[in-house]
Amino acid sequence: MSAPAGLPPRPPAAMYPAGPAASREAAAAEGGAPRCHNGPVQSPMQFPAGYGSHPPNYSAPSGHYSQVPSKAVSPHVDNQYGASYHSSYYSAPAQNVMAPSVGPNVLNTRESQQFYHKPPHAAGPAEGPVQGAIPPAPYLHTSAPQSYSAFGNHYSTSVSSSVASQGFPLNSDHYALPVVSSAVYPNVSYPPAATGSMYGQAFTSQSLPAAGQFKETNMLSSPSTSVPHSLQQHVPVGYNSTLSTVSSAQPVQDNLSRNLTGSVAKVNNQINTGGVESLQPVHSASQSVQFTKPGVGTSASPAVISSARTSASGLSSQPRSSPSVTQPPESALQEAIDSSSTTSSASPVLNNYDALEGGGYPETRSVTSSPVPAPAAPQTSKTSKPFGYGYPALQPGYQNTAPPTPVQQPSNPGHHPGFQHYPQQYPGVNQLSSSLGGLSLQHSQQPEGLRPVNLTQDRNILPVSSVPAPVPNLNSDLRKLNCSPDSFRCTLTNIPQTQALLNKAKLPLGLLLHPFRDLTQLPVITSSTIVRCRSCRTYINPFVSFIDQRRWKCNLCYRVNDVPEEFMYNPLTRSYGEPHKRPEVQNSTVEFIASSDYMLRPPQPAVYLFVLDVSHNAVEAGYLTILCNSLLENLDKLPGDSRTRIGFITFDSTVHFYNLQEGLSQPQMLIVSDIDDIFLPTPDSLLVNLHESKELIKDLLNAFPNMFTNTRETHSALGPALQAAFKLMSPTGGRISVFQTQLPSLGAGLLHSREDPNQRSSTKVVQHLGPATDFYKKLALDCSGQQIAVDLFLLSSQYSDLASLACMSKYSAGCIYYYPSFHHIHNPAQAEKLQKDLKRYLTRKIGFEAVMRIRCTKGLSIHTFHGNFFVRSTDLLSLANVNPDAGFAVQMSIEESLADTSLVCFQTALLYTSSKGERRIRVHTLCLPVVNSLADVYAGADVQAVVCLLANMAVDRSVSSSLSDARDALVNAVVDSLSAYMSTASNLQQSMLIAPNSLKLFPLYVLALLKQKAFRTGTSTRLDDRVYAMCQIKSQPLIHLMKMIHPNLYRIDKLTDESTIHVNDRVVPQPPLQKLSAEKLTREGAFLMDCGSAFYIWIGKNCDNNFIKDVLGYPNYASVPQKMTQLPEVVALSSERTRSFIAWLRDNRPLSPVLQVIKDENPAKTEFFQHLIEDRTEAAFSYYEFLLHIQQQICK
Amino acid sequence: MFEKIVFQIIAFDELRTDFKSPIDQCNPVHARERLRNIERICFLLRKLVLPEYSIHSLFCIMFLCAQEWLTLGLNVPLLFYHFWRYFRCPADSSELAYDPPAVMNADTLSYCQKEAWCKLAFYLLSFFYYLYCMIYTLVSS
Repeated sequence: MSAPAGLPPRPPAAMYPAGPAASREAAAAEGGAPRCHNGPVQSPMQFPAGYGSHPPNYSAPSGHYSQVPSKAVSPHVDNQYGASYHSSYYSAPAQNVMAPSVGPNVLNTRESQQFYHKPPHAAGPAEGPVQGAIPPAPYLHTSAPQSYSAFGNHYSTSVSSSVASQGFPLNSDHYALPVVSSAVYPNVSYPPAATGSMYGQAFTSQSLPAAGQFKETNMLSSPSTSVPHSLQQHVPVGYNSTLSTVSSAQPVQDNLSRNLTGSVAKVNNQINTGGVESLQPVHSASQSVQFTKPGVGTSASPAVISSARTSASGLSSQPRSSPSVTQPPESALQEAIDSSSTTSSASPVLNNYDALEGGGYPETRSVTSSPVPAPAAPQTSKTSKPFGYGYPALQPGYQNTAPPTPVQQPSNPGHHPGFQHYPQQYPGVNQLSSSLGGLSLQHSQQPEGLRPVNLTQDRNILPVSSVPAPVPNLNSDLRKLNCSPDSFRCTLTNIPQTQALLNKAKLPLGLLLHPFRDLTQLPVITSSTIVRCRSCRTYINPFVSFIDQRRWKCNLCYRVNDVPEEFMYNPLTRSYGEPHKRPEVQNSTVEFIASSDYMLRPPQPAVYLFVLDVSHNAVEAGYLTILCNSLLENLDKLPGDSRTRIGFITFDSTVHFYNLQEGLSQPQMLIVSDIDDIFLPTPDSLLVNLHESKELIKDLLNAFPNMFTNTRETHSALGPALQAAFKLMSPTGGRISVFQTQLPSLGAGLLHSREDPNQRSSTKVVQHLGPATDFYKKLALDCSGQQIAVDLFLLSSQYSDLASLACMSKYSAGCIYYYPSFHHIHNPAQAEKLQKDLKRYLTRKIGFEAVMRIRCTKGLSIHTFHGNFFVRSTDLLSLANVNPDAGFAVQMSIEESLADTSLVCFQTALLYTSSKGERRIRVHTLCLPVVNSLADVYAGADVQAVVCLLANMAVDRSVSSSLSDARDALVNAVVDSLSAYMSTASNLQQSMLIAPNSLKLFPLYVLALLKQKAFRTGTSTRLDDRVYAMCQIKSQPLIHLMKMIHPNLYRIDKLTDESTIHVNDRVVPQPPLQKLSAEKLTREGAFLMDCGSAFYIWIGKNCDNNFIKDVLGYPNYASVPQKMTQLPEVVALSSERTRSFIAWLRDNRPLSPVLQVIKDENPAKTEFFQHLIEDRTEAAFSYYEFLLHIQQQICK
Repeated sequence: MFEKIVFQIIAFDELRTDFKSPIDQCNPVHARERLRNIERICFLLRKLVLPEYSIHSLFCIMFLCAQEWLTLGLNVPLLFYHFWRYFRCPADSSELAYDPPAVMNADTLSYCQKEAWCKLAFYLLSFFYYLYCMIYTLVSS
């Protein structure tokens, strides 16, 4: 942070790395507000017919925009405060945490401006050194934070600009946005962002005309401020947002722009004239700014005023208050992503604090800001916690239309991107889909989730875009504060009061967690005391109530606790006595930096050990080349710090170690052939420091692919190699990555083939789903005890007994990757997948020696956990490693009646050591209402969560009992719940199969599960494939699991501009979801199926030649090759659209799926058709038959 | 027999309660101890399963030989339960019950605990019953 002092204003152009983009923005600016339209215009197609009838929703946003003018706001002072406070920590620079001392210096250097943001690129290198944790060089530019801090008492407020990775390939212009003075930001009315962005809306970005005058005035007047070139405005426009209505969009913008200009000017003046004391401006800022821009810089907060922000959205200045709420700079980045695609995306993911930790993520996209609604909401009622339960009378969604806050109205469905994981604002969104489905029940008085749907008659039950998560029926304040459904979902968003009621509903009660998800914005809090309940150790969270200034009441055990002195001080507003405005209480997802109480031994370094199969089989498959190349490429990106260590072990019938000690001229290979009693030849030089021995490691990696080419060794001594790996790692803990290509055949843990190929399609008993030996489980438990996780990559062409091998990962919290019939030449799709998976695997964030504890309100109890971990105590999961792609599920029961409470809360706390050696605690809190009627329980059912939990339970059942039992249990789950529902609604005719709207997809999903590889019978399924699917079900987070269960099918040969969304300036078409049925496949069309881990493009025989020519790059159908895994870049509109659509789908997930083009004769065709789950197969029902079957069962 | 069951109860109790403070539980060092503990207990429990079942079956056989039909009838349900429990275990797994990774799931644990209490009650009652029968036969003869 040294660099910035007195930085001269930079010539704007020079700073923008993405020149063209910048100019494009400028151009846009000049052209009036051309880009502005992007947002609103989107996807008109999806307008719900009845939508217009709810003016309040719609008007809300515009209303709040108009408030934007910064001055306006007196009435909202409170809010503003909240907002600014909030936002301020969003992107607080991580550096502060690490090098707090920097602050003061900086401060001195700069008087007039507290915060300065530098344009990204320039900033990077200069500032690099400042950062406490030194990120590897390449990453430097990802975060170029500067912070200037003023220390008050023990708190410092500092702002850093986090420059989102500008150098990355995917930058869009937003990114490149010219320097925007931060002052401007405040004007931009963004609702303060909520971390989880649960209720956030997606905004598309608009670049407002950045008035020329701004440029000049600002530039000139504020010397050190970098000049805003253009403002980037983000108008909240939903992706879907059809609603947002094209027509009204315009006015809004006008408003905006006007306001902006006005206020900006004003702000600037303040700054310039003021030269003010650092604090002062802050204040004024916060007052004048009604909204801060959330994500991004989000921090438009107070500090913003004084700061000059360069940067467009991505870069933001972030004032950070130092009791330290910091936010990794990356957030900006991620946010960008989000906004571009969805607000909260689990997706493409950057690792949260990677920037801060130096582990960057290569694929960044443009940043647009996606505002997320602010938790900052009006805090007036914090203490009282009103519980709005307006269910029957009022569509809950509409309740928030009136809030005094400028906060964006969550109730507007239009603002939702249609993502699956995207939170649904209110049940009414279903209306949207249902109205499209030909039913218009727009005004029905009963909650939308309860509207009866006749399944046998209503064929179009799939929503147009993906299925949103239901939103708990809480009042708007709580709703805004609630945890994002991406991280935390409950199968019943209305918790039944008693176990009896739950039993009546016949739905499972449980939670689906994705705790270590890559987040867009995450408040990071460093404070000497972490406030927790004294009796149940719950972390303080937004749902506690403050009895008075000095006491708070725990929302889980109801104990009254004291508020510690330190907590009384609110660093951002610098006010005393407002504990309810601290970030911990404003965000349901926060991360604490733990004090030394939370560690007994020093945090472990990042240690990676690769255990590689080099037998003949492995060499034939050729994975070594891919792995070594991948490692070489990503060696610098491995998460870690200067202590990072790495090692390699290879094995065939013997175990080979590699001495990589610094100082050797070349790597030394040590062969141990005594596999019965394995020992480490030179224990201290096998795991070496990555940075000190980098050259040797590179040599070794270059040599690997050729070292074993002539091997004749066919045996594989996996067991002994793992024992050796365990010995090697046990002093430190860390991660072991095992690459195995065949059945282990030597030494401990040897396995025999148990699969009978003739039984693959048997409808009877499927055996051998459990492990054949205890060896791997015991090893995993030992590993877990030593904080070692074992990740398994199984690349085999034959049966390798995954059921036994998977145990090594299951109980050590590792992950499992399986590439059936892998061959680097013959199977390019798998090779490409391995390559992409490895890239993600090597660079993603990682947490070591983690434990996760899930607490819930008294009366509820958790009884079963699903996922990869070891259950150390009844509520404590031990995770040797935790990775951002791991999901967990828990089942709960209601032990005591919840009649005396209206809300229940769940809290997961994940304590882990980051790759930088910090002990951190990530806390998610979810709050749900309690109901006492069966109807309300059904109204709040979250069908996706229910199905995922059932899938987890079914896996357990099939291992402990039998597969057919599990299948029966799945069918019974549907039958029971639907019949229970039908018996509650007495007026329904028994002859029809009726489901509540919230569960209308339930039979479809369960049918999909029954046809899923894990549970299907009758269709030929290899045992390993089946076991792998089961492992996936247990360990995938909900969004990925849903794609696996029920893929999305789109027709892509006629992509139009209708209903497009704009992401990073790419136009992304949004074709409607198709039913998974062959009836939808026409010979004239081309279809894209998104299965989560793979994309299939199916081309009909009579597909338009233009499409084949433009998109696939071949003259006609006949010339399209069999193995095609990539779309060529053809300059044609349809090609661009298709590619941008696929790219957009890919952006939303961590693992980049492999694309396969399928013609009629292609062998992959069967795979594709197996996913068409609504059709009949020899062994299974069609959807309609399944419904009839259920109906029959119900009537029995 | 009683000792065994009593031990079981104590063992489950020990599994359930973790004496260390919550912060300490999160500690990596503690992790290993705890895991060892769980493994040790599970190992012991598993070692005891077979003897318990076999002793019980032996009793049953003795009752059968002595033609104590009533007593046998009382014991048969438990015998069948033991058989079921013994053979229900997943075919491929070489272990009996009390699998360390699974035992800490609250429902498994509470099930085991309940089972242990019920058995304790049963064994205790049958002990007195046998005693009574024995004294009765002694006196009457």
